[in-house]
Amino acid sequence: MNQWKNFSKGFIKENAVFVLFLGLCPTLGVTTSAINGLGMGLATTFVLVMSNLVVSLVKNLIPDKVRIPAFIVIIATFVTVVELVMKGYVPALFDALGLFIPLIVVNCVVLGRAEAFASKNTIWSSLVDGAGMGLGFTMALTVLGAVRELLGSGAFFGMKLISGDAMLLFILPPGAFLALGYLLVLANMIKEKSS
Amino acid sequence: MEYILIIISAVFVSNIVLNQFLGICPFIGVSSKVETAIGMTGAVTFVMVIATLVTYLIYHSVLVPLDIVYMRTITFILVIASLVQLVEIILKKISPPLYQALGIFLPLITTNCAVLGVAVLAVQKDFGLLESTVYAIGNAIGFGLALITFSGIREQLDLLNVPKRMKGVPIAFIVAGLMALAFMGFTGIV
Repeated sequence: MNQWKNFSKGFIKENAVFVLFLGLCPTLGVTTSAINGLGMGLATTFVLVMSNLVVSLVKNLIPDKVRIPAFIVIIATFVTVVELVMKGYVPALFDALGLFIPLIVVNCVVLGRAEAFASKNTIWSSLVDGAGMGLGFTMALTVLGAVRELLGSGAFFGMKLISGDAMLLFILPPGAFLALGYLLVLANMIKEKSS
Repeated sequence: MEYILIIISAVFVSNIVLNQFLGICPFIGVSSKVETAIGMTGAVTFVMVIATLVTYLIYHSVLVPLDIVYMRTITFILVIASLVQLVEIILKKISPPLYQALGIFLPLITTNCAVLGVAVLAVQKDFGLLESTVYAIGNAIGFGLALITFSGIREQLDLLNVPKRMKGVPIAFIVAGLMALAFMGFTGIV
């Protein structure tokens, strides 16, 4: 398989958030600022790459019937690693992301790739697939975070661009749904143009 | 009184879907018909309450005494996954009609972050056993309220002339945003 294609599909053609609608809970929950979106995306990418790697390594050892619980244990292990590392080194980000760090375990993107890709492909392909899907997810979260931060507090990655009040609504929960809804419309328009 | 406040706050003020963003996948995925939304709510309520109860007991009687609290995520997800399997087997045996109604939703619940989320939150908030159970019931009602109302709106949306690029998921998110806005009106009542 062409590895470049395998890597780049996660960004546009099979983007987890904009096309497959997977992993929506963290997408909406943590994107109050671009930096939170980026942090959450990178944490998920780490778990995705590592779980894809291990799943493709052990795919022939796991009996078919217990494969889903086995995948979940592998994923949960790496999530615990991420939890402990983030708590130790970036406590501020850990507090901001809160509940959504342990919830990477039930992120459908991670289990979805383990089941649909890593359990059927070679180690190298699975690594590339995990990195591509993970970075595509990170991109989506960062874009949504940047839009919400810009509209909601007039800042970009923490830099204040507009002085005075902004539309606070976009930082609050309803703004997450509205911003993602309109971004999806935009994604549809781009898709139409390109085809 | 305290328990009523927990329920009101879980259902309206910090609604699990519209305010805490848990369980968004079924919220968008199975909300195109009211009937399936009701089935999903039943299954989630069932699993959420039992899962919160069981994880609470395991957390306080195994993980805390052994000082292995860092195993929380792995333990909880395994408990929930096996619980879902168990519920499926038991339902199939004792109540085939209920199994028929909830059956297809049960496997989906393992990866429903609302169930794991509520179990983790109940432990994080230092609730007692009864409080945790009430909290889980409240959140299940909140999930049902949001999901069933939302599916009603989506059924009506099918009859409308929605702009082509907004059809399906985009308009669903915008509707959810407006619902979340309405629920913000409850802020501060508890």
